[in-house]
Amino acid sequence: MDIFLQQIINGLVLGSIYALVALGYTMVYGILGLINFAHGEVVMIGAMVALAAIHALTGTALPGPVIVLMGLLIAIPACMLLGYGIERVAYRPLRHAPRLAPLITAIGVSIVLQNLAMIVWGRQYIAFPPLLPNDAYVIAGASITLLQIFIFLLATAIMVGLIFLVKRTRLGRAMRATAQNPEVAGLMGVNVNTVISATFIIGSALAAVAGLMVGAYYGLAHYYMGFLLGLKAFSAAVLGGIGNLGGAMLGGLLLGVIESLGAGYIGPLTGGVLGSHYQDVFAFFVLILVLVFRPSGLLGERTAERA
Amino acid sequence: MNLLEVRGLKVSYGGINAVKGIDLEIRAGELVALIGANGAGKSTTLRALAGLERPAGGTVHYQGHSITRQPTHQLVRKGLVLVPEGRGIFGRLTVEENLHMGAYCRDDAKGIKADLQRVYARFPRLQERNHQAAGTLSGGEQQMLAIGRALMSRPRLLLLDEPSMGLAPLMVQKIFETIRAIAAEGVTILLVEQNAKLALETSHRGYVLESGLITLHDEARALLSNQKVRHAYLGE
Repeated sequence: MDIFLQQIINGLVLGSIYALVALGYTMVYGILGLINFAHGEVVMIGAMVALAAIHALTGTALPGPVIVLMGLLIAIPACMLLGYGIERVAYRPLRHAPRLAPLITAIGVSIVLQNLAMIVWGRQYIAFPPLLPNDAYVIAGASITLLQIFIFLLATAIMVGLIFLVKRTRLGRAMRATAQNPEVAGLMGVNVNTVISATFIIGSALAAVAGLMVGAYYGLAHYYMGFLLGLKAFSAAVLGGIGNLGGAMLGGLLLGVIESLGAGYIGPLTGGVLGSHYQDVFAFFVLILVLVFRPSGLLGERTAERA
Repeated sequence: MNLLEVRGLKVSYGGINAVKGIDLEIRAGELVALIGANGAGKSTTLRALAGLERPAGGTVHYQGHSITRQPTHQLVRKGLVLVPEGRGIFGRLTVEENLHMGAYCRDDAKGIKADLQRVYARFPRLQERNHQAAGTLSGGEQQMLAIGRALMSRPRLLLLDEPSMGLAPLMVQKIFETIRAIAAEGVTILLVEQNAKLALETSHRGYVLESGLITLHDEARALLSNQKVRHAYLGE
């Protein structure tokens, strides 16, 4: 009866995936001030590579979850390499160019990757084989599947790990210092190019995980899946305050919940005129509201403070 | 042997020749002042030495090796450290994180810890605020932090760009006391200052930079009594 709790659960699971992708946008923005519009495509490539590996292994004697895990372990380094390559080839030569140039290049990279994926994997939807147990538990009238629990826990664990990396390690400190003032970071002995590469590599690893999660969650992948997902995750990053890690996490979760609740209630509220397929509208509605009323996002406080 | 040897250094940016071919020598253990008016090219010179500007000509030798076009982050490992104009504090990092950034190239955990204590002993104010965001410090405290952070990298040659800028007189004195103390500990220092009198009183030797050219260089005491310097830079 009560779809509220159900939509909250669905929203948090979806939102944790958005959060992983949003982190990739926000980390790159924090360091370079660049919106890496090709990031959604990295997620798509992650899903495609993982699925290709999974299809190749399906039918072997390996248990299903192991096959999925191996798909993930292949997709992660593939995406890391891709993210590193994108920065080297498409963004680094434009480091000192006007801001519009890398932005347009990002869109170009995005189109190239989409078409490449279409050539390699075709235009059709690729199904995710039923390798994972789909047991469901019922809590207070809402059902939650094992896969949903697993996605949420893995995403949370990764985010905790990322916070530790950024707050507590030498690389993380160098990343934060570079984000604030790359020139002075260089004066401390930080190789700024290495830090920028590391940022792309880490963000792309998260994208690979998110790609596989989306594929497993919806049961399919497609060469065009990165576009909408990327835009939504970007909206989530802006909602939380772009450049802010905590903001990307909060924005992702919030956007997932808003979208789920919207999809659940839009039908009854409009007397059936608009159905749940309008759920994609909510992300962009939220994006517009944020840009109008709080352009710095929920947790953003990017004020000039450089001495 | 000279620790630093600059020959015919030229730097230009944005179509302006800011430094037009200067020679500089610094011996190990010296404290040398580079003085001059606003826009004479002092900061540009320091930035070029630290690898932040690409020289258009000339050579820079440090410890006998050419470093003319080496990237900044490699120079730090060799002990050539710049405290930039405006201090360059990482405002959203804590005071202690800023100091750790100074030791970024080192991996001797014990030595870093000992040096951290030494910096805190030198600047107790920094210890009191060690977990505060550095952006909340006053200007003087930020300058202490910038110098403390540079010391964390164990510099052999310390380049100081306008350390007294924007500070209250009492704080200026405190900063210059610190500079003298660091020099007395054996760190070689090249000091760029608008406050020519204080800079020359603190230094062994001085160079006068005018529109991108060295027009005078001598013992600091001699420069202090030089008619031209007195007139142009000491306001007499």
